[in-house]
Amino acid sequence: MVKELKAEVKKLNFYYGSLHALKEINLPIERRKVTALIGPSGCGKTTFLRCFNRMHDLYPHNRYEGEITLYPDNINIISPEIDPIEIRMQISMVFQKPNPFPKSIYENVAYGLRVRGVSKRAVLDEKVEKSLRGAALWDEVKDRLNHLAFDLSGGQQQRLCIARALATDPRILLFDEPTSALDPTATSKIEELIIQLKDEVTIIIVTHNMQQAARVSDYTAFMYLGEIVEYDKTDRIFTAPSNKLTEEYITGRFG
Amino acid sequence: MKRKLARKIKEGAIETTLFLSALSSVFITISIVVVLAYESFGFFKEVSIKEFFTGTQWTPLFANPKFGILPLISGTLLTTSIALIVALPLGLTVTVYLSEYAPHRVREVIKPILELLAAVPTVVYGYFALLFLTPILQKFIPDLSGFNALSPGIIMGIMIIPYVSSVSEDAMKAVPMHIREGSYAMGATKLQTAFKVVIPSAFSGIAAAFIIGISRAIGETMVVAIAAGGMPNLTANPLEPVQTLTAYIVQVSLGDAPHGTVEYKTIFAAGITLFFMTLGFNILGFWLRKRIREVY
Repeated sequence: MVKELKAEVKKLNFYYGSLHALKEINLPIERRKVTALIGPSGCGKTTFLRCFNRMHDLYPHNRYEGEITLYPDNINIISPEIDPIEIRMQISMVFQKPNPFPKSIYENVAYGLRVRGVSKRAVLDEKVEKSLRGAALWDEVKDRLNHLAFDLSGGQQQRLCIARALATDPRILLFDEPTSALDPTATSKIEELIIQLKDEVTIIIVTHNMQQAARVSDYTAFMYLGEIVEYDKTDRIFTAPSNKLTEEYITGRFG
Repeated sequence: MKRKLARKIKEGAIETTLFLSALSSVFITISIVVVLAYESFGFFKEVSIKEFFTGTQWTPLFANPKFGILPLISGTLLTTSIALIVALPLGLTVTVYLSEYAPHRVREVIKPILELLAAVPTVVYGYFALLFLTPILQKFIPDLSGFNALSPGIIMGIMIIPYVSSVSEDAMKAVPMHIREGSYAMGATKLQTAFKVVIPSAFSGIAAAFIIGISRAIGETMVVAIAAGGMPNLTANPLEPVQTLTAYIVQVSLGDAPHGTVEYKTIFAAGITLFFMTLGFNILGFWLRKRIREVY
């Protein structure tokens, strides 16, 4: 099978004011695969993830350099000429803590479509159902779509956030430690879901949990101090890392 | 051993002092209610409750007195509604700007200025309504009488904006960033995020802010006493002069209604009506807060 790229990071540098947080990052993102970003706290993996949907634009004094090219249309995600809202319409994100809006379950999922101006009930109904099914939540909530999203459990809320992210047919789905606030049962459900979802969408996941990276991802990048130390197929990273630092990290000698 | 005892006495004294100061506010509130209730009770011995609540004329100082409170209630509600119509959109806009748009430095300048609005004595607002706003409004609305409900209503609306926006801005600022980020990450604009996510998230706080504003407007005295005309008038027409409960109380207190007469007791009857109106709004605010829970 020919490898196909969904995105490619080239010489990415990122600065928080004068702090040089990401250094000369190069990374391919394979289409319809799960790429995991691992590394100790503060290594820049979340910072890196948030470059993909331009979340850093929300705060002042942040600066990108380099390129993240989105294929097939060859646009540079981090170019100042590209409107971050355009990017966020194509690249969705699921956050560390479930963050449903104070709305009904239905309206939470429909949110992304509504902000794009979709208001036809039939279209919304179809998308909401499809996304909730995609997030393995439909059977649990189909009888109470009008209930407040806060009535759901933590794990259900996170799957709701995944449904919300799926509703707009994103080209890349970003996960920022999506299970760090969840119990083991809810965690394994989300992990199963991620594995299913890669048939449809390209996924990048930041995780603290190395077992999780090993279970769900196809490729893994190990980051340290704002740099990518090693990138390879996940099974290689976890069985035969070529870098000493990677080996020390995955065997738990630091981090 | 001795030191332990000394500490115990000291702690006990402090605790008692704190308890007494807390008690004093409760005591004062209760005594106000008791006095209001007692004097109103005297009033209702002479005037039937039915006449009080269904009569459409309020002329207690006339030779042939009528004791229907409705004109005063309508005057109060009319000026308060006008104030709310002004304060709701304006206050919310200011709040959204301050909380979501304003750069830090701009907010640091605007917020104190806005809070200065609350420091202007209400008598100044009253004359501002009467001598500045009413003549301007009369240019556009020729039918507007010199004393009217509209002008003080608008001024009261402006007056309560600082209260409303300060409390609701706190509520909006308390909405955690990751909720906003969730909205931005879906491709929402700032405006969409503010109105579709941040305001609903802060709804109970914003509602409470407006309830405080309404209570202030209902209880506001000086502005309406000066600019609304002092004429008990059962009307919904903002162009006519009206009298509010508070303005009536001022009028009688300043006059020479002899102690113990019905005229004198009308103050307390109006006062207790006012008390129940503000109490009602406070209960509504409390209920809103409870009903719409915020879970982040």
